[in-house]
Amino acid sequence: MTPEALIETKDLGFSYGDRSILKGIDITMSRGKVIAIMGGSGSGKTTLLRLIGGAIRPSSGYVKFAGKIVHEQKRDELFQMRRKMSMLFQFGALFTDLSVFDNVAFQMREHTDLPESMIRDLVLMKLQAVGLRGAHDLMPAELSGGMARRVALARSIALDPVLIMYDEPFTGLDPISLTVIGNLIRRLTDALGMTSIVVTHDVQESLKIVDYVYFIADGVIAAHGTPDEVRGSVAPFVHQFVHGEEDGPVSFHYPAQAYARDLKLEGSFA
Amino acid sequence: MPRRIVIGIRGVGHRVIDSVWRLGYASRFFLLTLLKSGTSFRRFGLIIRELYFTGVLSLVIIVVSGLFVGMVLGLQGYETLQRFGAESAVGTMVALSLVRELGPVVAALLFASRAGSAITAEIGLMKATDQLAAMEMMAVDPIARVVAPRFWAGVISMPLLAAMFSIIGVFGGYMVAVVLIGVDEGSFWSQMQDAVDFRYDIVNGIIKTCVFGVAVTAIAVFEGYDAAPTAEGVSGATTRTVVTSALAILGLDFVLTSVMFRGMS
Amino acid sequence: MQRTTMDLWVGVFVMAGIGALLLLALKVGNLGTYSSAASYTLTGSFENIGGLKVKAPVKGAGVVVGRVTDIQFNTKTYDAVVTLSIDNRYQFPKDTFASILTSGLLGEQYIGLAAGGDETALKNGDKIMKTNSAMVLEEMIGRFLFDKASENKKTDDDKSGNGD
Repeated sequence: MTPEALIETKDLGFSYGDRSILKGIDITMSRGKVIAIMGGSGSGKTTLLRLIGGAIRPSSGYVKFAGKIVHEQKRDELFQMRRKMSMLFQFGALFTDLSVFDNVAFQMREHTDLPESMIRDLVLMKLQAVGLRGAHDLMPAELSGGMARRVALARSIALDPVLIMYDEPFTGLDPISLTVIGNLIRRLTDALGMTSIVVTHDVQESLKIVDYVYFIADGVIAAHGTPDEVRGSVAPFVHQFVHGEEDGPVSFHYPAQAYARDLKLEGSFA
Repeated sequence: MPRRIVIGIRGVGHRVIDSVWRLGYASRFFLLTLLKSGTSFRRFGLIIRELYFTGVLSLVIIVVSGLFVGMVLGLQGYETLQRFGAESAVGTMVALSLVRELGPVVAALLFASRAGSAITAEIGLMKATDQLAAMEMMAVDPIARVVAPRFWAGVISMPLLAAMFSIIGVFGGYMVAVVLIGVDEGSFWSQMQDAVDFRYDIVNGIIKTCVFGVAVTAIAVFEGYDAAPTAEGVSGATTRTVVTSALAILGLDFVLTSVMFRGMS
Repeated sequence: MQRTTMDLWVGVFVMAGIGALLLLALKVGNLGTYSSAASYTLTGSFENIGGLKVKAPVKGAGVVVGRVTDIQFNTKTYDAVVTLSIDNRYQFPKDTFASILTSGLLGEQYIGLAAGGDETALKNGDKIMKTNSAMVLEEMIGRFLFDKASENKKTDDDKSGNGD
């Protein structure tokens, strides 16, 4: 297969009512890569994932997945398309009423007619890949945050998708789990020949594993490059973000009217 | 002042439009649930699982409440009827009140607060923790996979629970009237059997419970699915399920009673 | 929760529910009372059955021994023909007396059977010869007034008492 772009967005925009969340996003992602999308909280990163998954319709532009425009697909076609994608939600979104085994087996049982013995083998293989084969009969409530994230990862590779989207996979994890998840993302992407999109604000961890980085700020792509380019970047926004500085292009203060006026001090000084 | 009036009128209009919209949305959701019920019946295991949660786990409250309601009916019935020297009709009174009204209505109210609220909370939490969105992303329709089995399990459990409530209630009335007070056992049963007609009283009672079952579970799954994905959203939806179900049960009961029970002894 | 235990509980639940429905129909309702035991039928002609209805009880010495299963009007004799279904356990002699009675002053009407002294018992399809019609309240009052009036007239003069 030619290394054509798996995902391509063109002038992609989304607004919620009058509030514009994303505008003019042009991204090309090729197969077999791990791509990070970074940005501050509320910068529209998750919205971008939802647009790619077809959960919401863009208000301008389009997303192409494997050459097809996502929002023009009918519901059945969209569901067909989604079998090739999968998404890892922020806290795993494991089905709390099903055991670890049944969570991983869920899609196999819903979408295939595989015999139960084969499903069992496949599930144990997927769990082995994330190192949790021994935990297959636990319930999600019995798992730690890192383990839940790994089970969710096993579930998302259940049907060997070509694309996995990770929504904040590093949030709320201890340093060990953080490294484990990061390495798993890289290893699985390479081993299964998938494409991964990692939406995160964890700069240090993600720079270690990704091939390319996009920075989103205020709904537009502020910068992009390889991890080395990003680390050496002198662009003020990237510098502030990578080094976690308090003030810079991203201001500490939410836009507001003059402080003195808000405190109604104007008159007394004038 | 006129500005205030305009704001007030606008508020009323807003509420009306909102509630009409919500009603339409709920009806559409109900139809979708019915349309997508095929999966639940093809894979009946899904419904069996939910029958456990809605039916089996409601058993204790239904049995205990049924027993007490029946015992109170026995006491009160005896107290009132003995003034007219008709204490042997206490069986009739207990059975008719239970089969026609109290069985269906009280069982449905208990079912709404026990199983209905649990259904709403469960679906609401699944939504709040992205489980429904995850399912959608896995190309599995949450209405077919999560909503429909719960709906049908509720619809199936409700008549069974109400029948158990009624029979336990009759037994409670028997305990009080016959065993405790000493009303003649034979006349307790024979007068009851004389007065309770199978088609007119029992079948109509069962029809009522089926209607209540559909109403309560439809409200419960809708409120859960429609809940705002936050802790407050889910708790608010759970409360709304219980309140709306109670109003729906009592309102429907009046309508059904006025259609079913007119004329005939 | 193990799948099998869950199945077991749901099975118990559904069976208990269906059992409750059956109990309601048979023990509380009247579905069980007239088809359960083996029975034989008798008929009887009454001049007037008053408010007797199908399914009304048939009692012997106050015990329910059967049910009224059918009521027809005989166009030849202008009588009401009532069919009774009597439990096989209860046998009645040939000269049994059937009367339509009222339970209490305003209660429902039933058929009371008073046994006679005959040696042979009534068999399936037999006709009860001795019957007594229902007491119709209006007729009773009418007869009472008529009797009073005729008594008065007898004392006044000895003419006929068809006053009204």
